[in-house]
Amino acid sequence: MPDSFLRTVLLFPLFLLSVLGASFAAHAEMEIQVIGGAANKIAIAVVPFQAAPGQPTPALTQIVADDLGRSGQFAMVASGGAPQPVEPAQVDYAVWRGKGAEAMVIGQVVALPGGRFEIRFRLLDVVKRTQIAGFSYTIARGQWRATAHQIADIVYEKLTGVKGAFSSRIAYVQKQGRRFELRVADADGQNPRTVVRSLEPLISPMFSPDGARIVYVSFEDKKPIVYVQSLSDGGRRKVAAFKGSNSAPAWAPDGKRMAVVLTRDGASQIYLINADGSGLKRLTQGGNIDTEPVFSPDGQAIYFTSDRGGSPQIYRVAASGGEPRRVSFSGSYNVSPTISPDGRYLAYISREDGRFSVVLHEMASGQVRVLTDTARDESPSFAPNGQAVLYATVQGGRGILGTVSLDGKTRARLSESGVDAREPAWGP
Amino acid sequence: MNKIVWPALLALTLSACGTTGSTPATVESRTGDGATSGPATSGTETTGVAGTGVAGSAMDGSQAAGDPRKDPASPLSKRSVHFDFDSFVVKDEYRPMLEAHAGYLMSKRDARVILQGNADERGSREYNLALGQKRAEAVRKALAVLGVSEAQMEAISFGEEKPRNEADTEEAYAENRRADVVYGDE
Repeated sequence: MPDSFLRTVLLFPLFLLSVLGASFAAHAEMEIQVIGGAANKIAIAVVPFQAAPGQPTPALTQIVADDLGRSGQFAMVASGGAPQPVEPAQVDYAVWRGKGAEAMVIGQVVALPGGRFEIRFRLLDVVKRTQIAGFSYTIARGQWRATAHQIADIVYEKLTGVKGAFSSRIAYVQKQGRRFELRVADADGQNPRTVVRSLEPLISPMFSPDGARIVYVSFEDKKPIVYVQSLSDGGRRKVAAFKGSNSAPAWAPDGKRMAVVLTRDGASQIYLINADGSGLKRLTQGGNIDTEPVFSPDGQAIYFTSDRGGSPQIYRVAASGGEPRRVSFSGSYNVSPTISPDGRYLAYISREDGRFSVVLHEMASGQVRVLTDTARDESPSFAPNGQAVLYATVQGGRGILGTVSLDGKTRARLSESGVDAREPAWGP
Repeated sequence: MNKIVWPALLALTLSACGTTGSTPATVESRTGDGATSGPATSGTETTGVAGTGVAGSAMDGSQAAGDPRKDPASPLSKRSVHFDFDSFVVKDEYRPMLEAHAGYLMSKRDARVILQGNADERGSREYNLALGQKRAEAVRKALAVLGVSEAQMEAISFGEEKPRNEADTEEAYAENRRADVVYGDE
């Protein structure tokens, strides 16, 4: 097996986060596994920061290293057996170069009065023996994870040239027994907070473009109804509660309008509506199924699933209306489209030989490639930096969440033991 | 016993409009337990319309005192229409059942019925919601052809979200490719 396929497996210990407020139920932390990786990984050593008494766990550097490892862009260089530098002047570059490191992260955590911490970190170029970046943060205990993700974002951007997405959030639905919970978590699946709790199904969550609100479908009134909810205060309103079923909401990039699927006129059809429920306008016409709309990043087009050609396929229609054009051609079942932030790729679920997999469709060439090796994939969505796709699948009889890089070589698993996770959506 | 046990609180909103005001925070489902729950929490289920005056050839006097929809001998007690794989055609075998429901609804203009479509669990949840809707629509159209007023009916879908059979088998899938007839007072 070539080096480029080095298998790394990172497992989070089942820590309970002490920073969580009492309003959040106790829960087991999610596990993360990374399998495979990119061909040209950047070798990086993340040296454990000099710790302060009373600092939260897991260690800040553990969170940073897990973020970087999960991206598949980095080969983690073990930092044991060498003196652990805190300041650049203490770094023996020859030793770290000898370990194979091209870059390294060093730093320290200092306890401040009032339960606050100062975190100083530096990103060093081990080959050129220079500092690439250096930052200092003063944080409260509750900002521990956010700070670690921010450090990982800086390291990622400085070394790859692409903005990091570690500080973004995901939403998903967790089913435990007969209870459904819509949850919002950090991009690594940690720090989950429940925003809706119901004894009836919840599906199809999506963050507003600014991340302040979430739209979803709830069956609490014995039929599917679309709600928009504020993530800051939990206040919510019905956006679409028409006769029949109301589902498949998708925000427009302006955060003011959305596309929804209604059956008020018979078949499942796509409508545009303002986020306050006003200004309803029908977009697609006909008696077939049109569903799962998603806006293009410029807001000018909508991609959706339709069975108008006899089998479910991906179509594109101008947001102003008109005749839809078919986009997917291979296979007899292509559903759940999502579009990359740069508009270059579609990801969707394709069925081949009874297996449902995440596929990546390059718009310019029309080329399609399978990204996953699981058989029950659903609900793909792109990372805000376009470098990975989040999806749901089934392993060992339960629903889990996973991410996969666009080359398909790095797959990470986010899952919590004993529960069923589904319907993930990656947000800002 | 009826196959479908609904909580009596089932509140039908047949003509809900677009918006309501903002309502508070994290919701605990207001509608109580789902389809598999135990007995209804109020007497509504048993205080439904009395079964007099029902248009149905199978009726006899002995049933007049009870609710014919609950009488196992009545076609009105049959509530499920099953569909073949990838099909949305209501098969002929369901005609007597749907004629009985049409007769009941036409004789009771204040009765409301909700047609709940379902799908098996394979594939996209939203696409399956649309497939379930197509099954509910097929039953709605069949009842409309038999003379039932549109105002009395609402077709909705549960997609794959509320499977009657949760097994991962072809038999379970077939059982879940279905539309159910549920009355508003049930």
